[in-house]
Amino acid sequence: MTNTIADIEDADVILVTGSNTTENHPVLSTFVKRAVKFKGAKVIVVDPRRIKMTEFAEHWLRPNLGTDVAWINGMMHVIIKEGLQDDAFIQNRTEGFEELKKQVEKYTPEFVEGVTGISSESLITAARLFATAKAGSILYCMGITQHVSGTDNVKSLANLAMLTGNLGIPGGGVNPLRGQNNVQGACDMGGLPNVYTAYQSVSDLAIAKKMEEAWGVSGLPTQPGLKVTEMVPKAHDGDIKALYIIGENPLMSDPDLNHAEKSFKHLDFLVVQDIFMTETAQLADVVLPSACFAEKEGTFSNTERRVQRVRQAVTPPGRCKDDWWITCAVATRMGVPMQYADSRAIFEEVVKVTPSYAGITYDRIANEGMHWPCPTTEHPGTPILHGQQFTRGKGKFHAIEWIPPAEQVDEDYPLYLTTGRVLYQYHTGTMTMKSDDLNNRAPHSYVEVSRRDARTYGLKDGDHVSITSRRGKIDVQVQIGDKAVDGTVFIPFHFAQGAANKLTNAALDPVSGIPEYKVCAVKINKAA
Amino acid sequence: MNAQQTLSINGHDVSFQSGQTILEVARQHHIDIPTLCHLKGTTPTGACRICVVEVEGARTLLASCATPAASGMKVQTESPAVIEARRLIIQLLLSSGNHNCAVRGSDDQEWTAFQLKVQGEDGSDELCPVWGDCRLQDLAYRYQVSGERFAATPTRYPMETVNPFIVRDFSRCIQCGRCVQACNDVQVNNAISFGYRGPESKIIAAGDRPLKDSDCVFCGECVQACPVGALVEKDVRYTVRPWETEKVRTTCSYCGVGCQLYLHVNDNQVVKVTGADVAPNHGSLCVKGRFGYHFVSSPERLTDPLIKENGTFRKASWDEALDLVAGRLTQIRDAHGGDSIGVLTSARITNEENYIAQKFARAVLKTNNVDHCARL
Repeated sequence: MTNTIADIEDADVILVTGSNTTENHPVLSTFVKRAVKFKGAKVIVVDPRRIKMTEFAEHWLRPNLGTDVAWINGMMHVIIKEGLQDDAFIQNRTEGFEELKKQVEKYTPEFVEGVTGISSESLITAARLFATAKAGSILYCMGITQHVSGTDNVKSLANLAMLTGNLGIPGGGVNPLRGQNNVQGACDMGGLPNVYTAYQSVSDLAIAKKMEEAWGVSGLPTQPGLKVTEMVPKAHDGDIKALYIIGENPLMSDPDLNHAEKSFKHLDFLVVQDIFMTETAQLADVVLPSACFAEKEGTFSNTERRVQRVRQAVTPPGRCKDDWWITCAVATRMGVPMQYADSRAIFEEVVKVTPSYAGITYDRIANEGMHWPCPTTEHPGTPILHGQQFTRGKGKFHAIEWIPPAEQVDEDYPLYLTTGRVLYQYHTGTMTMKSDDLNNRAPHSYVEVSRRDARTYGLKDGDHVSITSRRGKIDVQVQIGDKAVDGTVFIPFHFAQGAANKLTNAALDPVSGIPEYKVCAVKINKAA
Repeated sequence: MNAQQTLSINGHDVSFQSGQTILEVARQHHIDIPTLCHLKGTTPTGACRICVVEVEGARTLLASCATPAASGMKVQTESPAVIEARRLIIQLLLSSGNHNCAVRGSDDQEWTAFQLKVQGEDGSDELCPVWGDCRLQDLAYRYQVSGERFAATPTRYPMETVNPFIVRDFSRCIQCGRCVQACNDVQVNNAISFGYRGPESKIIAAGDRPLKDSDCVFCGECVQACPVGALVEKDVRYTVRPWETEKVRTTCSYCGVGCQLYLHVNDNQVVKVTGADVAPNHGSLCVKGRFGYHFVSSPERLTDPLIKENGTFRKASWDEALDLVAGRLTQIRDAHGGDSIGVLTSARITNEENYIAQKFARAVLKTNNVDHCARL
């Protein structure tokens, strides 16, 4: 997030898109709801499902799946046409406005209505509301990113925020909501194929040299590596011989699971380090048992870049060890000694090589976490990014053309499928499914179907159906629901029985490598 | 507008800013005024009146939570009149339900009969499930109040035990309204409200249905707000007493909001979770963060390194497993190059552990094939 969670309550208008906030970030959603109830903030929800947040919204815009660039360009078209853009911000802080203006020219409300299904009146009203807000905040999540156009979607939201001068101010910002507790930290720490900690490029020879000196090694690789969504196909082709997987369950969370499973079986060697015998661990040659969050010391970084402490409450079962201890032990046995007294000692090494964390210490965050960047031990941290200037200097407008999703409905597969989560389960369920009461509330997979689609296909609540895509078939129960919109069904991806990702499309965003989980074509058949 | 002004509390001059209530001024200056219905961050209702104070020149005692501070005010927070009023309020509350802690005078003839009645309704021979963790009990001790002055009121509504996560015990509800504010004004889930009138008054969900059949999303904000034993986590009712647990402050392991919470630990097990009143969540949690802790002590946890032989796993020592992993990875790296190996680190492990994982990939395996499931 460019801004903080608390900051949401200072927004006048909040644009929530591709985020089922009340179910997936429930506590953060309370800030949005309170802003509406007590501070008169107006919410614009742009989402293909009638999610709970629509009840708090001034406007709900319902786009066809995978048409985000079109409606965002359309909003910008309206804003520029009506002269509602923030000229001073554009002049002083950005570049590329003319190209953007030219690009969005053709995205008239009528054209956008044809692509997105959003009525031109709604688009115009929402665009005016957002553009005239004193502070407008944009909240988005996987509904924006998990598309072949995911990167374009995010850039388009950044365009909209810059066009309206909503960056670097309280109550504004472009705010991605991170789905897992330490996604932010995993990225910050260089758990990515192209960067070291603090997003320092692996291809930058000066950085590589700095790391070699800090680590006492030589010959660090300078070519960016493979993304997870590239490793799996490479495993299938035999280019990847071994995988070392820590605390992840790709055999539930990857797209096109049937193909992913075949790929994993091609590996010469698979190590899985986890707290449970997951679907992925079952395929491993060696499984290493690790401690869970309640059993270890360290830090997590939340979605607002706040680095917070994790503390040990209980001792781990059996012979479980901290993940860092295990990885270090393997490294040491491979001839590169990696020995640390504890997590604090590791953190002290982290801050030496990580400029944005340089001023953070365990003592400073003992009670309340701090927002990076925090370059020195005197620096108070940075709650709001891009206050004076952007990382690259001027903010660049990207002129972006809408492209359709990789798969569209046709005669054979006439329904759109979009996937996501439910309140009571989490990711692949390895943790939440150990609580009986959570299972009681969300016991199994289901397909959410609109009332009209249910009539069309002759379906009743609780009917057993099979859902088929070009990649797989699953059996689930029907749930006729108000959240569903005609022509689009929804399946949560948590459940191994009725796994939505057997159906999803592994088509990737060319830049981020994110799979298009949010759109594919399916058909529905009553179970015989 | 925010000019500094002064008033006097218990004879001491203290400064305040216009717009502050007497309670806020007192708290700012570390002067304790007890509260019961007051819920931080919400509009004061003044419902319980336990926070009354004596203000010179005022006709009646004033609820400090709802009275704006004014320049020159002379406030007494523990005067005889204040104490008398608080004692009466506490006596009335104690007699209003199944408050069977020891504060209810044990010399009373009715004591045994009362205990037996409560135990019958509770289905337990233990004292109140929140004994030792109850704001009303604390106040009764503080003001040395027993419950014998008024006859106990009969229980009007049966206990609601059909819900997951939460037991609603109306016999212990003091109608303070904190749960209603927690639900409507803090979490804004709008699931519960005051229902019925007068002595029939009850906190209801969706036209008086069980929580499980209402809009309730089981965030548990109401349980954390309840000052008595009316709302209790189902799993800890009678099984965990506060003096048997230790609280450890940490960060939630579910979504990326990073809520700060306390793990309540008893006998090396996490038995309960409560929200910590600090940024970013200021005490709030969701159903997963508050009630989804059972995985920690699940019998399905892995306990030993496992090595697969002929398609099945067998337990191994750390030495054997680590040697095998190090040996095979070395072989593959040396035969096919580091880029034939990939490391998936995790959005679920700590920063320190992610740092070690990418260092391992780069410095040991000599590959940048390191990623995690940010995209999935």
